[in-house]
Amino acid sequence: MSLKKISKDQPEKFEFNLQNLEAAKRILSNYPKGKEKSAVMALLYIAQRQNNNWIPLSAVKYIAKFLNMPYIKVYEVATFYSMYNLSPVGNFHVQICTTTPCMIRGAYKIVDVCKKKISEKENVLSENGNCSWTEVECLGACINAPMMQINNDYYEDLDIKQSEKIIDEVLMGKKPKPGSYRGRINSEPENNRKTLLDLKNA
Amino acid sequence: MLKDEDRIFKNLYNDLGADLSSSKKRGDWTNTKYYCEKGREWIIDEVKKSELRGRGGAGFPTGLKWSFAPKEVGSRPHYLVINADESEPGTCKDRDILRFEPHKLLEGCLISAYAVNAHVCYIYLRGEYYNEGVELQKAIDEAYKDNLIGKNASGTGWDLDIYIHYGAGAYICGEETALLESIEGNKGQPRLKPPFPALVGLYGCPTIVNNVETVSVVPTILRKGSKWFASLGKPKNTGTKIFCISGNVNKPCNVEEEMGIPLKDLIDTHAGGVIGGWENLQAVIPGGSSMPLLNKEISEKITMDFDSLVENKSGLGTAGIVVINKDQDIIKCFARIARFYKHESCGQCTPCREGSGWMWRILERMAKGEASREEVEMLFDVTKQIEGHTICAFGEGSAWPVQGLLRNFKKEIIKRNNFDPLIKSNKDIPYLVDQHLLEKDNA
Repeated sequence: MSLKKISKDQPEKFEFNLQNLEAAKRILSNYPKGKEKSAVMALLYIAQRQNNNWIPLSAVKYIAKFLNMPYIKVYEVATFYSMYNLSPVGNFHVQICTTTPCMIRGAYKIVDVCKKKISEKENVLSENGNCSWTEVECLGACINAPMMQINNDYYEDLDIKQSEKIIDEVLMGKKPKPGSYRGRINSEPENNRKTLLDLKNA
Repeated sequence: MLKDEDRIFKNLYNDLGADLSSSKKRGDWTNTKYYCEKGREWIIDEVKKSELRGRGGAGFPTGLKWSFAPKEVGSRPHYLVINADESEPGTCKDRDILRFEPHKLLEGCLISAYAVNAHVCYIYLRGEYYNEGVELQKAIDEAYKDNLIGKNASGTGWDLDIYIHYGAGAYICGEETALLESIEGNKGQPRLKPPFPALVGLYGCPTIVNNVETVSVVPTILRKGSKWFASLGKPKNTGTKIFCISGNVNKPCNVEEEMGIPLKDLIDTHAGGVIGGWENLQAVIPGGSSMPLLNKEISEKITMDFDSLVENKSGLGTAGIVVINKDQDIIKCFARIARFYKHESCGQCTPCREGSGWMWRILERMAKGEASREEVEMLFDVTKQIEGHTICAFGEGSAWPVQGLLRNFKKEIIKRNNFDPLIKSNKDIPYLVDQHLLEKDNA
C-alpha cells in the first residue's frame, strides 16, 4: 500500500467545465442504470486533467455529489489508486519505472538524472515549477527497459545521455518525441529478427 | 522454430498497420457470422478441444471456464470482462496486442461474448496504457461503424457493446475479483471465492473474465480448427504463446513461439543470448515476477510450458521471462521485487499486508549484509505464513519469488549475512527498532 500526500493548499471550488460535463455524462451511459458508481474512476481522471494534473478535495466532493455516492467512497478510490495525484505535480510528470526488469538495465541511473535536473526528492516540483518526478512500479514495457513515462507517453530504451536530453526539453516546456530512443521498431529484437521476415517490408 | 504461417499475431511488430482494412487483409473478421451461427456449444466445444489454457497466469482451461456460465440468461444479464490490466513485472505482451492487433481482440470479444451470452463487454485497461487505449478506442469506433459490433454485430443477430474501463495503477486489479470491484467503482480489493465470477461476478451477475491474449487467439482457433491449435506445443500445453524476454539479454523482445519451446532456444535464438554469454547467466524468472526463479542448471534444460515449469517448482505465469546475469546482485533484485509487492498489496488480508513489507525490509538488509544468520530461516518462515493465508493469489505471488531465492541462493545470502543476532552481543543497539518507522522516507 502506498501512502498519499494530500495537498495542504486546496482550492475552494471545483466544477466540471462544459466540455467535461458532456464527457462525464457520456461515460455514465457506458454503465447500466443504477450502477453509475462505476464511472467514479473515469470522472476522477477527468477532474485530474481539468485541474492541471491533480485532484483537489473539492473535486472529490463534487464527484461524490455528481454520482450520488458517499464522499468517503470517492475519497477511498482516489487514495487507493496510485495514478490519482492528490497534490500538485508539474505540467510534465515524469514517472520512472524502477522495478527489477528496468532496474537491472539501469533505471536508477535515470533516477539520478532526475534528481540532478528536476529536484532532489520525489514529487517535488522543479525550480521553474513545471516538472516533477517519481519512481513507480512496473509500467509494462519491460522489453524496452529502462523507460519512463511523461504524462501519457512512454520513452523507451533510454540511457543517461538521452534521458538528460529529454529532461532538459521537458524543463523548457517542450514535449519530446515519445517512443524508443535507440531507433528500435516497437518490440522487435533489434537487428536480430528471426520471425515474420517476409512481412517486414510488405 | 514455429513456422511463420502458424503464428497468430502476424502484426506483432506493426509491419502491417493496425487499422480495420489492414486487419481484414490479415484475415480478421472473415466469416465471423458463420462461426457464430454454428452455435454456442460448438464454439465452446472447439475451444475445449483446442485445449487452450488462459494466458493471464493461472493457465485455467478457457473452454471449461466458459462452460461455467449459465446456459440460459435468467433475470440477470451476463457480462464479459477482458483483463487488460497487465502489470506483472516482466510482462508486456498485451500491450502489443492492444496497439497492433486490436481487431483480433475485438473479434475474440464478439465470439466469446456470444458463447457466454453476454451483451456487454468491458475491457479493463491499465491506466498507464493511455495511448494504447486511444488506439483501441479507434479500433472499437471502426468496428461500430462497420457494424462488426453494436446492434446485430457482424450480422449474427447478437447485440454487443464494448466499453473500455481505465484502471489507475493498481497491480492487484489484475486479480479477477479485484478487477470487478474496481469496475463497480470501489477500491480494488479481491473478493472471497466461491461464489466464482462465472455465477456471481460484475454487479452480482454471471461474468466471464479472460485475459487479452486468451480472447485474441480464439478467432484464429475457430478459423484454423482446434486440431491445428492442439497440434502445436505439447499435450495439455497446446498452441502458441507470446513470450516477453527482458533483462540481461542482448536483444530483449516479444516473440510468439510454440508452447514447450526450450528456454535456452528462446533466449539464444530470439533474444540474442545472455549478456556476457550463457556462462554469465545467474538466474531466470520464467513467468513474471511472481514465479520462483530458475537457476542456471534448470534453465539449460527446461521447456516453457505450464506443466514442466510446475514440476520444477516454478510456473509459466504470463511468460514474462526476466534474465538476470552474474553482473547483478541477486539479493538486491529480489529486494526490489519484494518492494513491488509491498507497494502493491491491497491491504485487505493481514498476512500479505504486513508480510510483504516485512519480507522487503529483511531482504533490503540482507542485500547490505546487515541481517543475522537466523533471519534467513525467519524470512522463509514469513513466506510460509503468507502463502495460502490470503483471499487472493497475491499472497503466493509475493511469497514464491522469495522462496525461490532462498531455495537457490541460500549459500550466498548466508555468506553475506553470517553473524549472530545483535541481541546476543550485548551491544547498546536497540535490535528491535520499529522498522516501519524507517519506511517513512519512502512513503
